[in-house]
Amino acid sequence: MISIYITSFIVGGLICVIGQLLMDVAKLTPAHTLCTLVVTGSILDGFGWYEPLIDFAGAGATIPITSFGNALTHGALAEAEKHGLIGVVTGMFEVTSSGISAAIIFGLIGALIFTSKGNI
Amino acid sequence: MEQEKYAHLEKELSPKTPILKNVIRAFLTGGLICLIGQFIALFYITYFNFTERTASNPTVATMIFISMLLTGFGLYKKISQFGGAGAAVPITGFGNAVVSAAIEHKSEGYVLGVGGNMFKLAGSVILFGVFSAFVVALIKTLLVKFGVVSW
Repeated sequence: MISIYITSFIVGGLICVIGQLLMDVAKLTPAHTLCTLVVTGSILDGFGWYEPLIDFAGAGATIPITSFGNALTHGALAEAEKHGLIGVVTGMFEVTSSGISAAIIFGLIGALIFTSKGNI
Repeated sequence: MEQEKYAHLEKELSPKTPILKNVIRAFLTGGLICLIGQFIALFYITYFNFTERTASNPTVATMIFISMLLTGFGLYKKISQFGGAGAAVPITGFGNAVVSAAIEHKSEGYVLGVGGNMFKLAGSVILFGVFSAFVVALIKTLLVKFGVVSW
């Protein structure tokens, strides 16, 4: 039970280290780094390698942006398994809807509540 | 020759990126954010009957909510300055990108400003995430259809 906290810290930290290295060593902009990680996550799920990582590290694998790519592919594949090729398109947001909808809802609420003073 | 000299000079004078320091900071910040996520997931598993796998959805939403508050009070910028990729890579960084763009463009109105700019930074992540997921899922579905691999 305690071990999932240690693995989530370490795995989550390591994914961020990969991101930092992409920025510092490969000289990518933050936006390019995030896109690279998302694409990596979705490819990893194509091979079925991301779910074992989630079982191993819990939030350490689901909180980094790589899990967004993983969830997109996962939803598409699950739906494709049931309905064939059309499921690739219809199932895409099945799993990951909460992240996008939360971002939209809290984005608007944030804009209603807060005002920029140049420090956002 | 002159150009070579200039390139050399520029390399010497520009400040070196403290890679090791940045990496350690990213590791600690990112690890801590994921650890907090793990505690939130535990909360949902214990009190709301989610399982280990389904708990990630409410956890992500909660993390984005926290990120909204931190962004609004100007604290997430400080975390980013310290943690670099450690603050950008977790889903809170995605939330921060959306919320900060929304607040930043509030002065241009809610439709054109907030609505039009909300996904200015996060949009590329969604675009490439969706497109790569489409390609990967398409390839895998076709491979399964032709009997090369199985689900």
